Amino acid sequence: MKLNDAPGLDRKDLLGLEELSEREIRLILDTAREFREVLDRPIKTVPAMRGFTIANLFYESSTRTRMSFELAQKRLTADSIGLAVTASSVKKGESLRDTARNIEAMRVDMIVMRHSQSGAPHRLAAQIDAHVVNAGDGCHEHPTQGLLDLYTLLENLGDLRGKRIVIIGDIAHSRVARSNIHGLRRMGAQVGVCGPPTLIPVGIEDLGVTVYPTIEEALAEADAINVLRIQLERIGVPLFPSTREYARLFGVTPARLEVAKREVLVLHPGPINRNVELDSRVADAPGAVILSQVTNGVAIRMAVTYLLAQKTMKAAHALA
Amino acid sequence: MASLNRKSIIMDAAGIERALARIAREIARNGPGDGELAIVGIRTRGIPLGERLARQIEEIREECPPFGYLDITLYRDDLQSIGYHPVVGATRLPFDINGTHVVLVDDVLYTGRTVRAALSVLVDYGRPRTIQLAVLVDRGHRELPIRADYVGSEVPTSRGEAIQVNLDETDGEEAVYLCEIPGEEGTTQ
Repeated sequence: MKLNDAPGLDRKDLLGLEELSEREIRLILDTAREFREVLDRPIKTVPAMRGFTIANLFYESSTRTRMSFELAQKRLTADSIGLAVTASSVKKGESLRDTARNIEAMRVDMIVMRHSQSGAPHRLAAQIDAHVVNAGDGCHEHPTQGLLDLYTLLENLGDLRGKRIVIIGDIAHSRVARSNIHGLRRMGAQVGVCGPPTLIPVGIEDLGVTVYPTIEEALAEADAINVLRIQLERIGVPLFPSTREYARLFGVTPARLEVAKREVLVLHPGPINRNVELDSRVADAPGAVILSQVTNGVAIRMAVTYLLAQKTMKAAHALA
Repeated sequence: MASLNRKSIIMDAAGIERALARIAREIARNGPGDGELAIVGIRTRGIPLGERLARQIEEIREECPPFGYLDITLYRDDLQSIGYHPVVGATRLPFDINGTHVVLVDDVLYTGRTVRAALSVLVDYGRPRTIQLAVLVDRGHRELPIRADYVGSEVPTSRGEAIQVNLDETDGEEAVYLCEIPGEEGTTQ
């Protein structure tokens, strides 16, 4: 069949959007569109990955991303197990590498990992044969979040070429921001960032990003804004003084949106600190696509899982 | 796909048209009468064939049956052994299939595995009252207990041969060829 000769996602792991080509990103988004349709069926499961086993290794707390990955795996009929790291032998001092090799010894085909250290999934991927999917590493990347943001933007804006997307908040510590910047640039969008100067990384312009000094200037030009969560755990560090101060200077409110385009899209990766970075009235307004991001996230994770696994299946075919 | 050596032409444009017209008449007149009829094409060439059948049935019954199509990639039973299907096609069934009389449409019926997968897709969408099968060519060599209700042409083949169906919508010409697969065991098309 001609379709099967089409180039797939020819890589073992998904570690970041920085290394993905536009073709690869489009393949994932196109595949996700078909999986998105599966989620609307009466029976939301397809028997595409029977016998494929996935371990979810979350070294950092997560509800949305972890549930989304687990749901995606179940929708594909893969077998998945979750490792509650706090209750595991990691607490007894086992190294990441040993944990992973033990999991692999149990014939697991794919590991989805979240870790507080940037680069942890890259080290893991180099050490084991199983596929590795980065579910967020430190301040580095969160590729599936970046992809689901791209999917949601494309769904609403049609094409991203020439569109201006502004990311607002703590850019310096945000893996969501980094994945978004790489993905959006690859898809031809104009990317802007806006936030307290202490939270804008030095030299970010080198990534082809415009820095907006005030939120009013950012909102005036944006086709969509991606409002990041203010990481409350960082408050008290001398980076920013208080949530009230932050809300006053950078909170996205109905009054501030007066200067924005009428149809401006509002994205937020969740969980929202209501009335800090995002006013409740904005979060619940029709322009906010925050819940479609969540639905689309399952489809994106199905697509990534399915496409990465094709490489294993291709190899098995070559042996046969 | 390895290049196929065409051995003979089985149907030309007129032959395809005659076969479809006959199938449309059979479905319209003798097919399921009570309850709603729906036509569902199997990707890729079942889609244009199904659309044509739906149009011709409309001319006879003066009512167009709802049309949809499905992709079986995620339902194949050979994922482990044949593997590698990076392109997932679209499935669109824009009507409620519960209680309908569905006619599945495909170009070639061979092992029956595609139809088996298509049946699995359909039942995930609901419970049709009946499901029938219409194909342009039945080439034999079934591996599953599946048969077609409407057949354009029965063509005896060997496993080293292939049937190539070319349609205007997908290939820019109307013809069905019997081909030889060079140095390979039989596959569909």
